[in-house]
Amino acid sequence: MSDRFSAMLLRRADDALVLGHRLSEWTGHAPSLEEELALANLALDLIGQARALYTLAAGRGTGEDEDALAYLRGDREYTNLLLLELPNGDFAVTIARLFLYAAFIDPFWRGLSASRDPDLAAIAAKAEKESAYHLRHSAEWLIRLGDGTDESHRRAQAALDRLWPYTGEMFEPEDEVLVAADICPEPAGLREAWNRTVDSVLAEATLARPAEGWMQSGGRAGRHTEHLGHMLAVMQSVARGFPAAKW
Amino acid sequence: MVAELRQRAWDAAAGVTDPEIPVLTIEDLGVLRAVDVTPDGVEVRITPTYTGCPAMGVIALEVELALARAGVAPVRVITVMAPAWTTDWLSEAGRAKLRAYGIAPPPGQASRRALFATEPATCPRCASADTALLAEFGSTACKSLWQCRTCREPFDQFKCH
Repeated sequence: MSDRFSAMLLRRADDALVLGHRLSEWTGHAPSLEEELALANLALDLIGQARALYTLAAGRGTGEDEDALAYLRGDREYTNLLLLELPNGDFAVTIARLFLYAAFIDPFWRGLSASRDPDLAAIAAKAEKESAYHLRHSAEWLIRLGDGTDESHRRAQAALDRLWPYTGEMFEPEDEVLVAADICPEPAGLREAWNRTVDSVLAEATLARPAEGWMQSGGRAGRHTEHLGHMLAVMQSVARGFPAAKW
Repeated sequence: MVAELRQRAWDAAAGVTDPEIPVLTIEDLGVLRAVDVTPDGVEVRITPTYTGCPAMGVIALEVELALARAGVAPVRVITVMAPAWTTDWLSEAGRAKLRAYGIAPPPGQASRRALFATEPATCPRCASADTALLAEFGSTACKSLWQCRTCREPFDQFKCH
């Protein structure tokens, strides 16, 4: 049970860390000062969530601390969603990715805040309030881009079309033992809520929902795109280059 | 004796201020959760306002220093996540101090928010409710940036959380 529990925590922590790191890559490059601060704050929320989950996992069986889990595992040991490791692309891709994920993770955290595990429930209750802001911020931007100029509309639609095949992975089944024990919700149960959020925002953004088709998979089993290894090489370089360094 | 030590430790910890909002103590914020005297020393429990709040490390260090100055040792500062902090824990005194400092306190109850609905902040300088949101994410993760249409001053609002 404790192996299953920590594996589930690592999936969720890896999601938060990988997306948080991607968003932090915008620092110094965002389209406006306000958006620079927003993206950095979003990254900070996500990295904070990852730290809390890694620390909980470390206390429940992985035996390592948060730094070892983040900095000393290779790409095959990461179990994040492929969607979150893709490069940032242009601002439309960054916003569309954040929106598609936030529309899923916000109700997921809400479900998790009723977890039988009180430590996990407390982390989820806090993370849910943060993800609600992420959802609102990304939805407002997606509407602004989709219902903006011809160029912003074209880019927003292209971003959605590119990311869509990566959205199916969010709904892959969680560990059935944990779901049966009311420790975590079943992602498939959130699909309707996700559809409602996505459809209403896309309608307002005058964007077309891409057709359902082939869905990419593999992140949860450690089979990643080529991009994760490159990202980790940058993210982990200091920790690996200077083992046990303190700062 | 234990009660006296606990009170002295609490008073010392309660005087630590938030490094980002120095008018507020961690007691005003509700960040200071508990002080316990154990056979191994004094345990102080603090909880983050935001999961990724970068001030937590500084706050933990300041608590250790404050207790050392008060002659309390050994001390262990523990960060706890449960129950999750909410803006409802901000004391009335804390809200008044925030306003006086030029930051609008968080609105109402930390209940569920509608996706796009935003309750307008009240200007901490002239108390006007005719205000506009400039940026959802302000100088820190816990604040958003507003401008008052009456007195024209920009101000921060502590986000409802």
